[in-house]
Amino acid sequence: MTALTTENQDQGSRVKVQVKSLDSPCALYLEPCTSIRLGTTAEDHHIARMAALALGLSVLEAAIPSPLPGVKPGLANIVILIVLARYGWRTAAWVSLLRVVAGSLLLGNFLAPGFFLSLSGALCSLAVLAVAQHLPQRWFGPVTHSILAAAAHIAGQLLLVYFWLIPHSGLAYLIPIFAAAALVFGTVNGLIAAHYLDAPQSDLVKA
Amino acid sequence: MLHIKHIKAGDWLTLLLGALLTAFLAATLWQGGAADKAVIRSGGKVFREVPLSRDQLIAVPGPLGISQIAIHNRQARIAADPSPRQYCVRQGWLKQAGEIAVCLPNQVSIELGGRRRNYDSLNY
Repeated sequence: MTALTTENQDQGSRVKVQVKSLDSPCALYLEPCTSIRLGTTAEDHHIARMAALALGLSVLEAAIPSPLPGVKPGLANIVILIVLARYGWRTAAWVSLLRVVAGSLLLGNFLAPGFFLSLSGALCSLAVLAVAQHLPQRWFGPVTHSILAAAAHIAGQLLLVYFWLIPHSGLAYLIPIFAAAALVFGTVNGLIAAHYLDAPQSDLVKA
Repeated sequence: MLHIKHIKAGDWLTLLLGALLTAFLAATLWQGGAADKAVIRSGGKVFREVPLSRDQLIAVPGPLGISQIAIHNRQARIAADPSPRQYCVRQGWLKQAGEIAVCLPNQVSIELGGRRRNYDSLNY
């Protein structure tokens, strides 16, 4: 009997503490509360969720062996395309850049050459998407966006490689391979994005 | 399930233009230019420079023996070589400027060169 009552009391006090902490987190501490709160909006949470999704895909992709550095499926761009179509370019830019920065932290190449390659590719493809999103929607869909973004992505990377890492004209021999890869992977990613955009009930990307 | 219906008319246009651009890039960037001479080296020194316009068989001496270099139909190859693994022989015909075959053991190499001229002649 006594054991039971103490248990009840324990539970009661625990609940009380929880209620208190919900009311005001500072009440638990004796010293004056100095925690800094960042006001976040629902949109911020949404961007973070999308970026986490893109991040997961880019980490997954890092495990896929590639025959040539730079030839990658770019799966994270599927998320960027969906965000672009549903929430506009600003949100897509946030998701893309967060993906680049957080992805480099996860993969351990923050501020290494790979990070800057990724960043220049992302910036170029965002710039192209800013223009491409104004193409008439009746004729141009996510497939076009995806192909253009993939081409801009590899173009941005190649420019950085040429002007910073390997200033050698032999790089030109690789351009057709990169262009073909951008076309193929861009088409596939665009099709996947179009598939999810056409299925509103899918909860892959929901607010 | 990926359906073809997701590709709109403009997307087909983008795909077509992308394919054409890729083909164009491959055609221009992978063309080493027409070769018109072969530089034959032996022991690091230029042994002979021969034009590709005349078919011939050239014997090049090296430390292991004689390497035979064949020039035929504006192409060149190492036809026979005393090297043990025959890598340079198996490389086959060289066609474009910049291509090179090296027989390391016998210290013989052949390199195709062009004059970096895009046009043989221009007519108006």
